[in-house]
Amino acid sequence: MRITPFMICAALTTLLVVGTNQQIDTGKAKTPRLGYFLSPQKGFWQNAEAVDASFNENLSFTGLQGKANVYLDDRMVPHIYADNEHDAFFIQGYLHAKFRLWQMEFQIYAAGGRLSEIMGDSANGTSFIKIDKFFRRLGMVYGAENSLKAMEADPAIHATLDAYTAGINAYINTLDESSYPLEYKLLDYQPELWTNMKTALFLKYMSFDLAGYEQDFEKTNAKSIFTKAQFDALYPYGEDSLDPIIPKGTAFAPAGINMQPPAADSAYQQFKQTAAPADTIIKPNPENGSNNWAVAGSKTKSGRPILCNDPHLGLNLPSIWYEMQITVPGFSAYGATFPGSPTVIIGFNDNCAWGFTNAGRDVRDYYEITFKDKSMKEYLYNGSWQKTSFRDEIIKVKGGQSDTEHIAMTIWGPVMYDQYYPDKLNSKKAYACRWKAHDASNELKTFYLLDHATNYDDYEAAIATYQCPGQNMIFATKNGDIAIRQQGQFPAKWKGQGDFIMPGTDSTFAWRGFIPDSANITMHNPIRGFVSSANQMPYDTSYPYYLDRNYPVYRGYIINRLLNGMEQISASDMEHMQTSNYNVFAEIARPILLKNMDTRQLSEKEKSYLNILENWNLENNPGEKGPTIFQVWWDSLMTVTYKDEFDQSTLPLIWPSENTLADGINKDSAYIFADNINTPQIESVADDINISFKKAVSRFTELEKENKLDWSTYKGTMIQHLLKIPSLSRLNLVSGGGKNSIDALTKDHGPSWRMVVELTDKTNAYGIYPGGQVGNPGSKYYDSFINDWLAAKYYKLLFATETEMQQQINNKGKMSFNKL
Amino acid sequence: MKLFVSILLTALLGYAIVLFLPWWTFVFTSCTVAIIIPQKSIKSFATGFAGVFLLWAIQAYILDINNDHILSQKVAAIFQLGNSSVLLIFISAFIGGLISAFAALTGSFARK
Repeated sequence: MRITPFMICAALTTLLVVGTNQQIDTGKAKTPRLGYFLSPQKGFWQNAEAVDASFNENLSFTGLQGKANVYLDDRMVPHIYADNEHDAFFIQGYLHAKFRLWQMEFQIYAAGGRLSEIMGDSANGTSFIKIDKFFRRLGMVYGAENSLKAMEADPAIHATLDAYTAGINAYINTLDESSYPLEYKLLDYQPELWTNMKTALFLKYMSFDLAGYEQDFEKTNAKSIFTKAQFDALYPYGEDSLDPIIPKGTAFAPAGINMQPPAADSAYQQFKQTAAPADTIIKPNPENGSNNWAVAGSKTKSGRPILCNDPHLGLNLPSIWYEMQITVPGFSAYGATFPGSPTVIIGFNDNCAWGFTNAGRDVRDYYEITFKDKSMKEYLYNGSWQKTSFRDEIIKVKGGQSDTEHIAMTIWGPVMYDQYYPDKLNSKKAYACRWKAHDASNELKTFYLLDHATNYDDYEAAIATYQCPGQNMIFATKNGDIAIRQQGQFPAKWKGQGDFIMPGTDSTFAWRGFIPDSANITMHNPIRGFVSSANQMPYDTSYPYYLDRNYPVYRGYIINRLLNGMEQISASDMEHMQTSNYNVFAEIARPILLKNMDTRQLSEKEKSYLNILENWNLENNPGEKGPTIFQVWWDSLMTVTYKDEFDQSTLPLIWPSENTLADGINKDSAYIFADNINTPQIESVADDINISFKKAVSRFTELEKENKLDWSTYKGTMIQHLLKIPSLSRLNLVSGGGKNSIDALTKDHGPSWRMVVELTDKTNAYGIYPGGQVGNPGSKYYDSFINDWLAAKYYKLLFATETEMQQQINNKGKMSFNKL
Repeated sequence: MKLFVSILLTALLGYAIVLFLPWWTFVFTSCTVAIIIPQKSIKSFATGFAGVFLLWAIQAYILDINNDHILSQKVAAIFQLGNSSVLLIFISAFIGGLISAFAALTGSFARK
């Protein structure tokens, strides 16, 4: 042996192996372990799914009780035929994991404040430790623990959760380092086993996304610069243009609860006080909205109801939805499911169809806590010192020190902000969060019962126990029933309660219990022949409980106007309506702009932009320049009108909504915010409109130079991978719509599942979502629906018997499940 | 002939061992091949390289063709290699080949 060269070579080989078998920090982020990642037998090449792959499999598991078959149709939608419910939910878990495991786990890492565990404290400019702290301190884990107890106390739901979890784990146990989904290899970690708690966390995340929006700190700050009259004008209660879900003029029973504001209201209502800016604002998207409507047989060609739903959510790859049919003795349901949760969430069965839009009620309030000292062991409540308890939330950090959040628990809930975690206004005070999503509740039961529902009474029973996030629950049956109800357990609030931070020392500021279920009004088979919702206010302002101030108005208005005018409706009419780009807001606002424009002083170039706007057909179609000019101009007008007033504070504030400005200037040419408070002269609405146009023109010119004046390019719609990796995302999508169109597609947010169900004897259903059934970026089914979705196409949903599925010639595979 | 046999053996054993053990364990088989097939060090180095380079390149190529380059183009973009599947196959195979080459060289010195 030549010892020296041998030793050198052995050392070099070892060095090479070690070097290519560890993550390298590039400064911004960490690379995968390159040797592993690039190894064809173990690394990412194994995730390159053959385009003609067959998905035939014979599988046996001890967790199964009987036999089941799954047929994957030509779009990779699984149709499960099982002997019993246990096996069906086991297989649902197995399939969710097989096709979406990484996403399922990533979502609950986010929900439970564990992202640092896999991502490190920060990467590519995102601070994961900050995100984790936020979710821990908000009490996501606390809320999920409470809900899990409620779910597991219900025998049917407990069994469903157990079967689902067992199915996921049956799949995870088949994996090894070569078969892990791509993202595990990229980030270099391994899947954990699933638990029922993880399903609870996922559902809690939906509560955060849909019932986590609040503006308490921003509005408290607004009190420091605005008078009460100004505040009410900026954030009006019940907009003029409102067409509520339950029509105006409906008589409501008076509240059975004392709804008088507390006597100590004076300080709460005092408009002024504050300090220096803070950062980290994590908010659910306020546009998390949706449309749903159902038309009665009296208005349709077939004489049967048609139910439509398109929930608007943040759009990502892999998609939040996974399509599926579940058929067992007892029920047969088809629709959109959440990877991470059992049951069909939005869909239909042999007898009926159901869907949801978000209620958007404010169910998250803050109370200022007065601690005795820095130990936070005691706090003042109704004149005496009460003891806190503590939750220690430990955040593990990949490649770093763990962080412990020591959270004081009060009668209100967790103390989210304290001396160690500053609030948005950096006030150095402590605030506890009272959030409906902290309470024990069993939402899964509602979806479970809807899957089984056969008639209107079943619908009522299914939704009766539902608490949070509040939803507009729409329903239609083959018997001809249509119905809608805004369902949830909503806090009973006096007018203005929860707009601002409340004193935590005084129990009279607590919610006055909950609004009784009888005051959640159901609209059942109305004479007008349709029910609908689009996140607008559920009732008019005569409703005896406070409903808060932020609801969009225009989608609801245009949906009702269109449905009122329609007869002999077909499913394809409903598809056209669901994908309508008509901008109803521009219909109202454009005349205000044009009427006030002084065209005499304009250059030819300026006139040409004005002409484009005048000649625009109000459709937010991809190639149109009109919507861009309208939007840029309107944004400019918002700035000219409000910026001077809002600049009085450097702390966070909430911008008024577009319709507040439109309503305001429409009814009053001396609109109180029109004047620029920084100039000696008094500006009018017309002045603002002319100034804002001049400012907008410079933006038009820039956009035109960059070839970005057409609506689609301006909007720049994209569907990003959850890790925001560009090549795994779909960017620069050609698309129309916008937040004031029924097709509410903005930059990265919009119709996440479009569904039209005609309840004829043989169900006639259509649907599509912007993604694909397989979560693996190496699969041709990863994003296979996106182009059709952009083109406003729908797929006929194959709601089939097992015999019919056997006869399909384009199936991608058959999976047989057996008891081991 | 020796050349050909040692390339083939390096590839075959390198494939087999990774079926059961971590991705890098082909270093043991590459080293062993160099010990049992005596060659000049430079030739051991070359056959060690060629064996795993070809093994990885051919496997990656087949997976990539069957996948219509869907994934390799996305991963190539992550590594800022344009969208070049070919370059990604080459880089993958080169890394495997290089490690194998040094393992074989180690083997060749072990017997001398």
